[in-house]
This record gives sequence, structure tokens and C-alpha cells, in this order.
Amino acid sequence: MCLGVPVRVMSISGTSATAEVGGARREISVMLLEDVREGDWVILHAGFAISKLSPEEAEKTLQYLREIRDAT
Amino acid sequence: MPGDKILLSHGEGGKRTRELIRKVIAKRFENPVLSPLFDSALLGRLDGEIAFTTDGYVITPAIFPGGDIGRLAVCGTLNDLSVCGARPVAISCSLILEEGFPVETLETILDSMEAAAKEGNVTIACGDTKVVEKGNADGIFITTSGIGIVNDGWRPAPENVRPGDRVILTGTMGDHQAAVLIARNRLEIAAKVLSDVAPLSSMLLDILSSFGGSVRFMRDPTRGGVGVSLNEMAESSRVRIVLDESRLPVADEVRGICEILGFDPIYLANEGKALLIVDGSAAEPIVDSLRKTQYGLNAAVIGEVVKGSPGVFMKTVIGGLRAVDYPVGEQLPRIC
Amino acid sequence: MRLKYIDEFRDPELARRVVDAIRTSWGERPPMRLMEVCGTHTVSIARAGIRSLLDGAVTMVSGPGCPVCVTPDGYIDAAITLGKRPDTILATFGDMLRVPGRHSSLEKERSGGVNVRILYSPLDAVETAAGNPGKEVIFLGVGFETTAPSIAGAILSAAVRDIGNFSVLSSVRTIPRAMEALASDPEVRIEGFLCPAHVSAIIGSDAYLPLAEKFGVPCVVAGFEPLDILYGIYLLLRQKIRGAAVVENEYSRVATPSGNRKAREIIATVFRESDIGWRGIGVLPGTGLAIADAYSEFDAQKKFGVEIPFTEDKTACRCGDVLKGKITPRECPLFGNACTPAEPYGPCMVSSEGTCAAYYKYGVQ
Repeated sequence: MCLGVPVRVMSISGTSATAEVGGARREISVMLLEDVREGDWVILHAGFAISKLSPEEAEKTLQYLREIRDAT
Repeated sequence: MPGDKILLSHGEGGKRTRELIRKVIAKRFENPVLSPLFDSALLGRLDGEIAFTTDGYVITPAIFPGGDIGRLAVCGTLNDLSVCGARPVAISCSLILEEGFPVETLETILDSMEAAAKEGNVTIACGDTKVVEKGNADGIFITTSGIGIVNDGWRPAPENVRPGDRVILTGTMGDHQAAVLIARNRLEIAAKVLSDVAPLSSMLLDILSSFGGSVRFMRDPTRGGVGVSLNEMAESSRVRIVLDESRLPVADEVRGICEILGFDPIYLANEGKALLIVDGSAAEPIVDSLRKTQYGLNAAVIGEVVKGSPGVFMKTVIGGLRAVDYPVGEQLPRIC
Repeated sequence: MRLKYIDEFRDPELARRVVDAIRTSWGERPPMRLMEVCGTHTVSIARAGIRSLLDGAVTMVSGPGCPVCVTPDGYIDAAITLGKRPDTILATFGDMLRVPGRHSSLEKERSGGVNVRILYSPLDAVETAAGNPGKEVIFLGVGFETTAPSIAGAILSAAVRDIGNFSVLSSVRTIPRAMEALASDPEVRIEGFLCPAHVSAIIGSDAYLPLAEKFGVPCVVAGFEPLDILYGIYLLLRQKIRGAAVVENEYSRVATPSGNRKAREIIATVFRESDIGWRGIGVLPGTGLAIADAYSEFDAQKKFGVEIPFTEDKTACRCGDVLKGKITPRECPLFGNACTPAEPYGPCMVSSEGTCAAYYKYGVQ
């Protein structure tokens, strides 16, 4: 129900921002986020950043995945 | 004629029509077959099996990043001939212009038709021009037909395909449709994507003359993309094709656009790519040869022909297997 | 260059490890029956060929999280009625174009002259309204908690800019109570929920606590990439093995326990809870988001006085049972015969993320 793509915030102006994925750019709204900075990764859905993406948590999940082999 | 617009009288057969045809159109395509402007072009004697194809071109915008409707019309017809193994001999050019269409834009389009025809080593042999009232067309429509000669020897065809063959794609998927989508700007996405529109005749005919019978079957994956063309190939050859998702070439920008909109690049149109089904043992040498050409730099083996009921399947990046079906209609931006 | 935070979660080697771990840890037990609640999970599972990898270990059934599938035909009928008004532009996500109402679809009506514009964002509909002051722009507001704040944001933007010719026909829904309705249905035997990724980004993973606690169903919030899904399934199996029923969050890079507070505030400002009909399921109290009175000038239903009737269809189509996870699409008598993506009979075949469409399109014979 909810396609969302990780995009990088390139620049911010008020509640709108320019975001990029793979070289494709679009103006998006960041009005749903409490704090967002240039360089942040966010999830883009229907023209809105609906959430920030935490690089640390992403790395943690990948680390869990890498450890699965050692557990089995 | 800067600032000039196409008028209804340009299509009514009088002086204006003559002027448009002679000074704007025929002047650019000048060649011994066309220039007498007879009712038919006389091509002389042709030796070999004759391939004949036709296609209508409608596109918004008429000029897009990487090409225009003129280049599209010539390349589309050239490519349709060459994937059948035919050396293009002559093409026709039928224009339907909307009243008010800028003559300067028409000139740009005609120039790129002539450039593409030169590149593809083909003569624009005959043509027609009609003008319709404003509102009755979208600027310009072009229809091109083409004939080519299949020289004695090998002709790629569906019945040649057999298990063990490999599938080659001559470059990245979806560039043309992505470029046009961006150019329309309705979705307000910016990306540096150029249409791949290109004449493939010399590349494909060279491959055919070097590798002959190893090239079983070819198609150009235009509307509906690689996904649709491969389904048609599997259907007509009555074989099962299994693609390797990790080897499908896609430009990053096109992937980015597809991720945002929920599109699958496998169904996006290409205008300068060919799909080749080739003998398995010749696949790598053919890819090597393709990669030495201007329009084959990113050629790759993307799948293989296996035993089984006809259809197209995909070994996914994570090792799963799934069907690749025909899409229903065009892809639309979605939230789901 | 690779696409960051996408390609890492499609890594073939890690995927192979998780699949091995799932098979090894599950052993010879009978397949665990899991529901992926969200249609985006359904499509991702199909596109990645996950069923072919986990056959025998898990049975995935698809839930009600496809807005196209659960939007009643009365809604489409109402949209068509509005679209036939003079000087009206219907603005919609591409998803809705082919959904059948009782007699027609937006695609068919478009060919008959109804002005239908397909947009990427609800904000584009506001722009369309601003650029066409002589026309009424009606946005077809469908979706769940993920999309609700975007639609609310568009309404707020239209309010601030005083754009009077923009309105929304709302069919927005919320998910957790629909999941509870399924969990409490004795016919629906679900042993674990793969909870939606982006709904959870808004509502937070804690929203599923009552589900785990009250119904004893394991819940894992998982992202939409193949590795996320495989890992989410692995965590559900592990819960089952140790007899647990808790909420775990595989998608911690995006979804937090409490979700996006600001987005929820905006939803609460612009919408109010309502009862709403789900195609194939019935009316679920409090699972709809209607436009709040303070913003009623942007409520197409009130502005134009249209009703969205809800009737339960009695046909051979078993979309309802598919949405409830009672059957898989192949068990429906119409599947692949009277009902295909080109000639869809039921909504689960129309939507690109519909369970039936995903089965048909990506199914391996």
C-alpha cells in the first residue's frame, strides 16, 4: 500500500526540499518531519518525506543479518 | 523561415505546398531517387529476399533529450529492418502536420531524419505531406515505411531458437521512455537521462556477418520494453526464457525514477536497443564485439533459453524465481 | 553507483544466509501461516520470488493493506458521478484508474470525456487547482496511515493558500483495528503478522502491542526490500519456535516504537475517525478517516453532496476471502479464468499490488 523510497535531502527551503535518488531529483515536502537537515536520508512517499532514515540503525540491521550465518 | 508556421494552404497542393516540399523537405533529403519527385520512387533491381516494414510515430514532446520524432521515425524503421537481418535500402517519410506547427521545429526534425538516414546508410526515397486543422493532431505525426534486402545466407527467425541459447541485450533498459517522461515534466522529476534512440543497422549487420548462424533471432524492444519483447519472442519461438535479474543493465537515473514512481524498467520503451538470442557458445564473443561499438557499450548476456513450457521467467537478485508477464497497459505512477 | 539503502537490502549472499537460517531453524515443522498485511509487501514478495525460496516453511497469505482492493465500488461510482460534473478535474494516483465501480471505471470514463489526471503527489493536485481557477479539482484520497498525512498536508496547504477549488473525496483508512478484526475472526488462522513498513513509520511499532498481547499473535514490522522481508519472516518463525508473541521491529532504520508524532498530529488535525466499509470485509467501526468539520470546505462529499454507498457484493468473486487471508487466489474459481489483470473481475486483480494480480503476474507455473 505504501511505496516509499530512500532519498537524500540535497537542499531545504522552508517546508520544501530537493531530494535525490540515483541522480533523479524531485521537489518534496518536509512538512511532516520535525527536524531535517541537508544530507539526511528520508523516506519519500507521494511527494512527502514521511520519516527520516537512520544510517546507524540500517547498519545495525545489516550487522544482524551478517551474524545470522554465525548463529546457524 | 524563422517564426513561420505551417498553414493549411501548405497542404492544399498549390504553390505553398510545392514550396514547402521543395525548399524545406526535399532539399534536405536530396538524393537521386527522391529528387525527381515522381509519384513513385524507382529503386532499381533488388537482389535477395525483400523485407518491408511500416510504423507510425506520435510523441509528446516532439523534441526530447537525446533525440526527436524525426530521428525516432528513421531509427525505428531501420531497426525493424535490421533485427530481421535486412540491409536497409530505402524508407518513405509521410508527414501529418498540425496547422500552426513551427516551420523551424519541422526543419530541426527533418535535419535529424536526414542525419539518422545517413548514419544508417539508407535513402529517404519518397514522401508525403498533409496538413490538418489546428486541434486535429498533436503538432506532427510521422509515418515511415522501409524496405531492406536479406542477403543470401542466414536470416534470424524464431524457429531457430533452442535450449542452451543465450539472451543478449545491447545496452541499458528504459532510457527512451524515462527521458520522454522527464521531458514531459508532468511528474516534476529532474534527471539527466537521454533517449537511446539510434540506428542499429550497422552494428547488427556486422554481428550477423561475423557470427552468421549463431545469431538465432533478434527483436528491438520498443513499446512495452524488454519484458514485452521477450514474451513475444518466447511465444513465437515456443521456448522458455529465464532472465538473470542481477545482469539486467539499467542506468542509475532510470532506476531512481523507477523507484520513485513504482515502475519496472523492464517494461519501459527503448529506441536504440536490440535483444539477440544467440548460440550459447557464441554469446561471450558476440557481447565482446557489441561492446566495441558505439551503441553496444553496455551489452550483456541477460538470460538463457531452457527446456520447459513457453514463457519468460526471472531468477531474482536474491535467488528466487518468478514469472515476467505482459503488463496491462502503460505503467502509471502509484503509491502502492 | 549503487542505490543506497536499497541495494544493500537486496544482497544475494545475505539473502541466501537468511533463507538457510529459516530452513535450518524451522526444520520439518508444518508451514507457519503468516499474513503480510500490506499490499506493498505482497508485490515485493512476488517480485523477489520469495515464495519459491520458502516453500514448505511458510505459507504467506495477503492481508487487507491494499487501498485499491478494499475501496468499495460505491466510492468509484461516487468519483465518476463527481467527474461528470461540468468543469471538473478528477486527480488521482495511478492506482485507481482501472478499479471497477459497479458499471464503469475511471479509465473507461476518461475515454468518454471525464477529465482524469494522474498525479504523483496530492500536492500536485493543489497546484493543478491553483493553475485552473475555473475548474473544481477533486482529489481521490485513498490510502492508509502512510498516505493520510500527505493528503492532510495537501488540504492544509490549500487552506493556507486559500485555494477554494480543491477538495478531497476521502476513503482513507487505518490498519491496526482491521488487523484486530482479522485476528479475532476464528476462520482466519494467522500465526504471525508481517506488519507494514511505512504505516509503521507513522504509527510506530508499539501500535501492534495490543495485537500481540490480546490475541497472542507474533508481530514483526519489516521493510519492503527482499532482505527485510526474509529477516522479518525469520524473526516470526523464531518467535513461534520459542512460543513468544511480541512485537519486533526489523525496520528500525525508518520505523521507531512511537512513529512520526508530527505526521500523526497533522492527521488528527485534518481528519476524524469514522466507520468505513472495506470491500470484501464489511464495515469496520472507527477505521476510516473522514475530513474533520474544520476543513469541511475541502470535503468533496459535503461540498457536492455525494454519498458513498456500501453494499456487500454477493458474487462468485472471493476477493473478500483473499483479503481476509482465508484462501489464496488460486482457490478462487474465477482466478485466471474469468478474472485476469487484463479483464479483472475483482479488486484484488485490478490493483498492481492486489494479491491476485501479484499471484497472476509473478506466479511460477
